[in-house]
Amino acid sequence: MAVPRQILVALVEDKPGVLNRVAGLFRRRGFNIASLAVGHSETPNMSRMTIVVEGDEGVRQQAARQLRKLIGVMEVRDITDDAIVARELTLIKVKALPDNRSDIISIVEIFRGDIVDVEPDSMVIQATGDENKIEALHKMLKPFGVLEIMRTGQVAMVRGSAESTKNLSQVRPKFKDIGGV
Amino acid sequence: MKLTGSQIVLECLKAEGVDVMFGLPGGAILPFYQTLPEYPEIRHILVRHEQGAAMAADGYARSTGKVGVCIATSGPGATNLVTGIMTAHMDSVPIVAITGQVPRAMIGKDAFQESDVTGITLPITKHNYLVMDTRELPMVIKKAFHIARTGRPGPVLVDIPKDVQQEEVEFEGYPEEADLRTYSPVAEVDPAEVKKAARMIDQAKRPIIIAGRGVNISRAHGLLQELAEKAQIPVITTLLGIGSFPGRHLLSVGMPGMHGVAWATLAIDEADLLIGIGMRFDDRVTGDPNLFAHRAKKIHIDIDETEISKNVKVDLALVSDVNKVLGALNPLVKHNTHPEWVECIDRWRREHPSLAFRETEDLLPQFILKHLNEETQGDAIVVTGVGQHQMWAAQHFCFEKPNRFITSGGSGTMGYEVPASMGAQVGNPDTTVWAICGDGGFQMTMPEVLTMVENNIPVKLVIMNNGTHGMVRQWQELFYNKSYVATLFQTPDFVKLAEAFGCKGLRITEKDQVVPAFHQAMKHDGPVILDFVVRAVENVYPFIPPGGSRASMEEDPNVSVAMG
Repeated sequence: MAVPRQILVALVEDKPGVLNRVAGLFRRRGFNIASLAVGHSETPNMSRMTIVVEGDEGVRQQAARQLRKLIGVMEVRDITDDAIVARELTLIKVKALPDNRSDIISIVEIFRGDIVDVEPDSMVIQATGDENKIEALHKMLKPFGVLEIMRTGQVAMVRGSAESTKNLSQVRPKFKDIGGV
Repeated sequence: MKLTGSQIVLECLKAEGVDVMFGLPGGAILPFYQTLPEYPEIRHILVRHEQGAAMAADGYARSTGKVGVCIATSGPGATNLVTGIMTAHMDSVPIVAITGQVPRAMIGKDAFQESDVTGITLPITKHNYLVMDTRELPMVIKKAFHIARTGRPGPVLVDIPKDVQQEEVEFEGYPEEADLRTYSPVAEVDPAEVKKAARMIDQAKRPIIIAGRGVNISRAHGLLQELAEKAQIPVITTLLGIGSFPGRHLLSVGMPGMHGVAWATLAIDEADLLIGIGMRFDDRVTGDPNLFAHRAKKIHIDIDETEISKNVKVDLALVSDVNKVLGALNPLVKHNTHPEWVECIDRWRREHPSLAFRETEDLLPQFILKHLNEETQGDAIVVTGVGQHQMWAAQHFCFEKPNRFITSGGSGTMGYEVPASMGAQVGNPDTTVWAICGDGGFQMTMPEVLTMVENNIPVKLVIMNNGTHGMVRQWQELFYNKSYVATLFQTPDFVKLAEAFGCKGLRITEKDQVVPAFHQAMKHDGPVILDFVVRAVENVYPFIPPGGSRASMEEDPNVSVAMG
């Protein structure tokens, strides 16, 4: 049986060390990261991470809470059960000789990918989509001889203007410090 | 006003109210040290090894509730702090460690005494900082203290490159507030959940409270006692929860877990409601988590959301400061009694010899600790190391007040007792501090006795001299067919050692010398080492092997109830 996967989206401060803290947390707690994608967000000095975690319900709960506890992490959403758009980008370098180039091109067209580089004996294909589509494209290109695959990992977003139902920072809002020991 | 980075740090420490720091200088922290004479209001205590600085800061913090401060240089100085920082992290102790770092331009070049200290301490600090911009120093120091002491406390490390310490920048004063938008130390209490908890408590027939260090940290002992008395709920205190509930109270049950009293184990096993307060279901408390309190509904009160259902799945969680939770909960709980349940626990207490030990010719550690408890009457601060003596101390000492029993729980750091007792004494100059030491652990950190002598820090050190790593030997006896590998060792002449350090030393071999030795130690004005030559082979009971439960609990085969 496949290991269940959870999709967490975290808004984090764009500061040195934050990625290290997140990665270190997952490593030492023994949570498996299937993919982690990070980039600037709509808010200045804040980045957004999409983290796909492998593990059961306990791991899912712990991973989200531990992540939320990190200083530098503003907000964590577990969007696994939401209506989401999830995409990743892949670059595939595949062996391509004059006699099979057109076969490859027709497959790439079905997947609405782009040929971004052509050399006498190879091509680089760019494609975006959800995980299943990317896997399917890889499968289709495999017989031609795949030389190299690069994947960004998933980025994911809740559909529509509604907030995620599991915005953990709304369940337990960030409170101003209310005093010491 | 233009100040150097070092002056800025010291101005901030002064503004923070820091009155003492424990440390040891070195090249990369020298600009800071050379600035110290300008700040005579901050006392610096020179330790013999940096781990002593971290553990002294820890002992100071646990016993005073204030943030402890330790200082070290880069590289080996900073890495020597690591065990002390980890110890503080495991037990939620607020300390701030300030370390020197090589100059900014040399970072990453494998410079002399360079180490990636923020990287090394990442998993054992609540947070840490490497200060690359001198102008950020005031805010970083503010944040460090704020993070260390608020929410669930913990250690914070601030790594400062040498040239940052030297650079002159404009200093505009210590910030009023920490600018921390991604830190939420305490959540508000959810009134609906509190109501549910009150109803669960009202309906329980056999409720039990397990109080942990969180109650001690928040000094919520008054509210805990109020709850226990109002609903007549017996209270178990964990190793780090000792003192959070009066030890002689009729509802006080004692310590749970691996070496806890049998009646606590049985009460947990039979309870229909367990309320964990400021504790984290550590494996030494729970044994097999699936069998732990298996008949009970569970309410967990903790400030740290990540502790909820981490080790033991609970039915209801109240995530906030214990003062806030009990402040809201206590008025909603009905006055109640459970006479049969309380009597049942008392019967178990009478039926089990957990705290009994046999009469012997030679000295038993339990005998010594029982008498020291009678002599100190819960007024002293007692600091222990880790191992058999720690468990016996936890069993035989009784405290009516919080934060008097200081011990390394989560990390089990041997040698903690010597520097931690020093820190506790510095923070509590008018209280007698006893360090209960194992002879193994004492040898790990004993150079700090010299620090005590030099600074007239009058800790009374009790060494249980049995020539073995007793707890490990006990496991070898019970689980490894008495194969005593690397647990028997030669001890030095501790009395001569005391004299070499310039402090008083006494050797005690007879039972009738025990109490007079305590009196002599208390009369003496400085640190004292009491070398108690105790029986080498003696086991701690009750004992539930790791991962065990009520069914695997063993009592001391040498004693019966009648002796108790």
